[in-house]
Amino acid sequence: MVTTIGILGAGRVGSAIARTALKAGYAVHIAGSGPAADIELIVDIVIPGAVPMTAAEVAASSDLVVLAVPMHKFRSVDPATLAGRIVIDTMNYWQPIDGELDEIAADPRGSSEVVADYFADARLVKTLNHIGYHDLETDARPAGHPERHALAIAGDADAAAVVAEVINRFGFDPVLAGPLASGVAFEPGSPVFGGRHTAAELAAELEPAEAA
Amino acid sequence: MEIGAYSFGDTPLNPDGSPRSTAEGIRNLFDAIVVADKAGLDYFGIGEHHTVSMPASSPGALISAAAAATGQIILGSAASVISTDDPVRVFQQLATADAISGGGRVEITAGRGSSVETFPLFGYDLADYDRLYAEKLDLLMTINDSATENVTWSGTVRPTLDDLAVVPRPVAGRLPIWLATGGNAASSARAGKLGLPVSYGIIGGEPHRFAPLTELYRRSAAQAGHTENIKVSVATFGLVAPTKKEALERFYPGWHSLNVEMGRLRGWGAPDRRQFDAQAAAPGAYYVGDPDDVAERIVHLHGYLGHMRHFLQGDFGGLPTEHLHESLTLLATEVKPRVARLLAAK
Ligand SMILES: NC(=O)c1ccc[n+]([C@@H]2O[C@H](COP(=O)([O-])OP(=O)(O)OC[C@H]3O[C@@H](n4cnc5c(N)ncnc54)[C@H](OP(=O)(O)O)[C@@H]3O)[C@@H](O)[C@H]2O)c1
Repeated sequence: MVTTIGILGAGRVGSAIARTALKAGYAVHIAGSGPAADIELIVDIVIPGAVPMTAAEVAASSDLVVLAVPMHKFRSVDPATLAGRIVIDTMNYWQPIDGELDEIAADPRGSSEVVADYFADARLVKTLNHIGYHDLETDARPAGHPERHALAIAGDADAAAVVAEVINRFGFDPVLAGPLASGVAFEPGSPVFGGRHTAAELAAELEPAEAA
Repeated sequence: MEIGAYSFGDTPLNPDGSPRSTAEGIRNLFDAIVVADKAGLDYFGIGEHHTVSMPASSPGALISAAAAATGQIILGSAASVISTDDPVRVFQQLATADAISGGGRVEITAGRGSSVETFPLFGYDLADYDRLYAEKLDLLMTINDSATENVTWSGTVRPTLDDLAVVPRPVAGRLPIWLATGGNAASSARAGKLGLPVSYGIIGGEPHRFAPLTELYRRSAAQAGHTENIKVSVATFGLVAPTKKEALERFYPGWHSLNVEMGRLRGWGAPDRRQFDAQAAAPGAYYVGDPDDVAERIVHLHGYLGHMRHFLQGDFGGLPTEHLHESLTLLATEVKPRVARLLAAK
């Protein structure tokens, strides 16, 4: 069972996910690119309750790790530290922020599959990428609420099931899209990206991808 | 509390939706600043943008013109994208406007820009994003803090200045320099550490959730020993009309076309009206309403952020100029006194 969520990246997305996880009752370990002391004050005020650490310490001490670094920096995360772990990939390739990343742009596969090649020994799951970081905190609703939104999850079935429970506790209906390759269906540019959907609406949007 | 407006320029549209000339967008912006000054608005910011729909590429030039044509309003860049500009030129242009204004009415807000169209335009590499910003901010502050015309600075992103004159000096010795941020915690901490006033651009979500960031800013400043000049300003979307209904109907078409344009760039789906209505109601991020509504919401936010200036952007997607002028006038004549009254009653 997941009790501690580790987050790599203490930026907008990392902080919003950290607060959401704390609210859901998880312990949260978080790191920026540098030493823990660099983000101590930030964490203390902006993410009270989370524990600042180095990235390696976060990876070693958490049941599940969330990658919330800019896409153009994912190679600065040491893949050895994530071997064997369930890792949520929240990253989107967005050219205006990331610049030209040929390895993503030129690869016909989804960005998470490219990322998964690099973190070869991790169990990568794609989710939390198609919701804005503001909305993550304002849109969370208890299970069964009529306005509850859904989030898509792509990854191998066992890892995706673990992540689905986390998404549920975060306040969203998890919708399983299939293996990691089906993550293209909720990348930027897809009808799902940035929209708001109930579980039924999201499942309907994702169906063609599943059939393919 | 100071009440103001800001704009990135808004190229008008033909009835068929095609853009008219970008020059018209600039001329309209200049006229709006003059209207705002006459109405008694406190502040007008010009945000550096480089798109056909938002053509305010040169805040320094526009602010110089506005400085000559206005009498009381504070004018500032909001923001200058200093990462891809030369801080020497940014400073000189705004210091020139300051001289023309008679002194004390011109400010610089330094930012890195939320979209990065300036990188290809001016030939910079996005890989240097962080270093360009940090060094150029340091150079801008070094010039501003210099006791004489002559400045010495060295770094890696532009040639060394070895005791070279950077003129004119601002009338009051220095220009107010603000740091712009969109809500990244590290930027709030940086502003505090540097002892610079901070300007939050809040374009979505619930603005009062920025409270921890302002606390982080103030604590970072206190830790670094900065006590003076620790100020917060807030920039949001917003438009004021005689009634809330009119404000919503005036603002929505521009918001819609902005979001269609942004969505194309960022891969979002079509904007939806429900989303818009949620943001335009308390505690959302769009200050679109009648004077009572907007004033109450500014004061509510003040309870969380303690900001000393709130300024609104309402002109995008081809907002008719008469609606912009009415909003600027209502902000100055109706919203501002209500805000003052509500704050005094607290
Ligand atoms: N904008 C959205 O609403 C949204 C929604 C979903 C997903 N996303 C995705 O989320 C990701 C993060 O975006 P953001 O807006 O949060 O970026 P951000 O505000 O720039 O934050 C990025 C964070 O990552 C940290 N970092 C960089 N390299 C690291 C490393 N090797 N180990 C640990 N931390 C590292 C940075 O720390 P330093 O400051 O120390 O470098 C910073 O704290 C992006 O890939 C984006 O596409 C965005």
